[in-house]
Amino acid sequence: MTADRPIVQLSGVSKHFSGTRALENVDFACFSGAIHGILGENGAGKSTLIKIISGVLQPDSGELSVNGTRVSFANPTHAVASGIVCIFQELSLVPDLSVSDNISLASPPRRFGLIDKRAQRRCAEELLARIKCEDVDPNALVRELSLSRRQMVEIAKALGKDPKVLILDEATSALTSRDVGTVYELLADLKAQNVSSLFISHRMHEIEQLCDTLSVFRNGQHIETFAKGARTDREIVRLMIGREVDAQYPPKPAPKPRPEHLRIENLAWERQIKDVSLSIGKGEIVGLGGLDGQGQKELLLGLFGVLRGMQGRVTIAGRPCTPGSPAEAKQASLRIALVPEDRKTEGLMLAMSIADNLLAASYARVSDGIFINADKARQAVEDGIAKLRIKTGSADDPVATLSGGNQQKVVIAKWLMTDPDVILLNDPTRGIDVGTKQEIYRLMRDLADQGKTILLYSSDYAELIGCCDRVMVMYDGGIVASLSGDAITEEAIVAASLNVGGAVPHAVPGPSHA
Amino acid sequence: MRNARSPLAATIRQNSGFLGAIILLLVLYLIYNLLHPRGFSAALLIQNTNESVAIVFLAMAQTVPVLLGGLDLSVGAIMTLTNCVASVVVSGSPQQILLGMVVTLATGTAFGVANGLIVVYGRLQPIIATLATGAIAVGLALFIRPAPGGTVDDDISWALTNDLYELVDTYGWFDADAAWFSSFAWVPVPLLIVIVIAFGVWLPFKHTITGRTVYAIGSAEGAAYMSGLNLDRAKIAAFTLAGFFAGCAGLYLAIQTSSGNADITQAGAYTLNSIAAVVVGGTSLLGGVGGAIASLVGALVLRVISFYFRIVSIDPLLQPLVEGLVLLAAVSLGAFRTLRVKNQLALFR
Repeated sequence: MTADRPIVQLSGVSKHFSGTRALENVDFACFSGAIHGILGENGAGKSTLIKIISGVLQPDSGELSVNGTRVSFANPTHAVASGIVCIFQELSLVPDLSVSDNISLASPPRRFGLIDKRAQRRCAEELLARIKCEDVDPNALVRELSLSRRQMVEIAKALGKDPKVLILDEATSALTSRDVGTVYELLADLKAQNVSSLFISHRMHEIEQLCDTLSVFRNGQHIETFAKGARTDREIVRLMIGREVDAQYPPKPAPKPRPEHLRIENLAWERQIKDVSLSIGKGEIVGLGGLDGQGQKELLLGLFGVLRGMQGRVTIAGRPCTPGSPAEAKQASLRIALVPEDRKTEGLMLAMSIADNLLAASYARVSDGIFINADKARQAVEDGIAKLRIKTGSADDPVATLSGGNQQKVVIAKWLMTDPDVILLNDPTRGIDVGTKQEIYRLMRDLADQGKTILLYSSDYAELIGCCDRVMVMYDGGIVASLSGDAITEEAIVAASLNVGGAVPHAVPGPSHA
Repeated sequence: MRNARSPLAATIRQNSGFLGAIILLLVLYLIYNLLHPRGFSAALLIQNTNESVAIVFLAMAQTVPVLLGGLDLSVGAIMTLTNCVASVVVSGSPQQILLGMVVTLATGTAFGVANGLIVVYGRLQPIIATLATGAIAVGLALFIRPAPGGTVDDDISWALTNDLYELVDTYGWFDADAAWFSSFAWVPVPLLIVIVIAFGVWLPFKHTITGRTVYAIGSAEGAAYMSGLNLDRAKIAAFTLAGFFAGCAGLYLAIQTSSGNADITQAGAYTLNSIAAVVVGGTSLLGGVGGAIASLVGALVLRVISFYFRIVSIDPLLQPLVEGLVLLAAVSLGAFRTLRVKNQLALFR
């Protein structure tokens, strides 16, 4: 299965960023015809590793070899020329160009020196068909597509470069279950064609199902590489975080009658929300499940005042709740908070400091009249950092310098600072490390115990099962199942997500550690 | 997905702003001709096109840096500089005239290359780099032509600012009164020049990798880099093309006025009007969306509006005020889209 000589080999590679080490003396190798999983918490050096392999970063010291020949890539183009193609976590698509333009962006088919639009469209159709995305119009602009479709276009784009080594960095995090299945099949195909795949994911069961070999990174070091099955989940988690972990989810309280707090009646908006009725009690965590893009995001945005022209009735503690904007939604009379889907664009102002980001939603609380009170502001920032245990050097550093998990903590801390009463969370743990995820689960339960009302959308079924008192599964804009207590199972959620009643057409592997 | 999957439907959907500008232009010009005492005459068309060429070229020049997400504040100044250069070199024998025109366009192009090199390798923001180089261009223009004047060959001046009949007649290429020729002898030469340059230079550029890279940079520079595109080359090319189009504007202005004039006020006014034309045409100042043909239409819309002042009696003192209001209204048309947006987050993308 594996060739004698590694296709990509790193020896003694180190990389430092202004004092902090991202990689320290790393030896790493991967082989043709293998799917190699890379595990580690955020900040463990996985991203730096793949950026070095794919030519985005250059190592401070050490050697990189491809097929036994020493190489040094000055930019991603050089790496692509050597057959190393990376699908990045931050999408590399250009929103204002069409899908077919994007798929062959760097080397389009040409006729007389000019781009041959027709050949380009054909090429896009072929690649999209290969990943079963015939529903994507090659002429559509990328900005018109949903996040999950964009991710598939990104995969098509990578395939078009004819990779020898394909790197997937959290490439499945935004995908629907059906697309994840397609990607699995694709990786199996590529493996048969002797392509080497490097697979980075925070979803343990994906890695378990797919990979032949696993490597664990921690604190910029390569801890261990082993064949699949050589280690138990528990051992792997211990390797990743360097300590034993207890239960992944905090215990749920026994079901009990709760006073109704947030009530949604016959909510409808455009074609995305259809006649949704839902009631959530004080101190309850309700999960929204289902495939990506079934109206969950719109429901949360609608409650937060972002959508215009909503029909239906929403009340909080009996009083009507019709915010016209996020500014109204967070006001004292409603006290709604939303942790948005995309922390990099909707959650944070990346170039601004951690302190400014934390205060962004609650300047009124730290001001005297029109002026910000520096003492109150500093106190509030310190409280926020302490409360969520955000790992920062200085609160004045740009928030972009933090790891993904800590950035997400900043977003959550920002909203907790407004002292919300109803907390809406849109996939808050996507793309963040195991340790931070557990902290967020614990925090959600603590907030619920304090009497907050929590509505959580998650694309990770295990999370819905582990965290929520009740789970509403959405399909095509409506709620198709309401599950509670022991009825919240992987099978029930999957079945409802596909709107097939009790039958499960194809089983999605369950996380055995859940 | 939407049900409209044909390429045509997608094209229409994605270019609705541009189509709107074309319809606006046609309606405005139709009404103008209806109101004008010499409406629908070839003479009026020739006069209108002559008065539009410079701003049309300048709007096309401005478009390319705007697509990158920048602004070029030197386009008016490059036009002024090349106008003065042309007033010196476009005269003499036919060969000398031709060489003079090449030299003029090369001057504008070279200035554009310099802008591009400064922006890329000096790592400066385009707006401030071109503010400086624009001042330099005006300075050079004043050096060449301290006072308005100069000589541009009379024949070429006459031939290129009239209809095809005069062009053929002036140079005696063939019998201008030939029957086959009469059906398009009325076509204004400036209109042809604009169409040839716009479709002969801009459209091919847009379909090169470099051209598409310009769009990609304006839309998402990080994604463009990660896709392995040559960003530096595209930026330099964008400013080069801007310099070339500005050179076309300067050359035509010299031919039209038979002189060169290092007019600082005019350079500034033209630059600002070029930005307005780009926006009216539907190109986003954020970059990545639009095109030079759209700006051509935008420039014509602004010109036609100003033509109205000649036939509608408005106190000349009020003209700038009215022009400002009309511009504001024209630009606001683009903002109507935001009224239809139901998801307020979509406004920020």
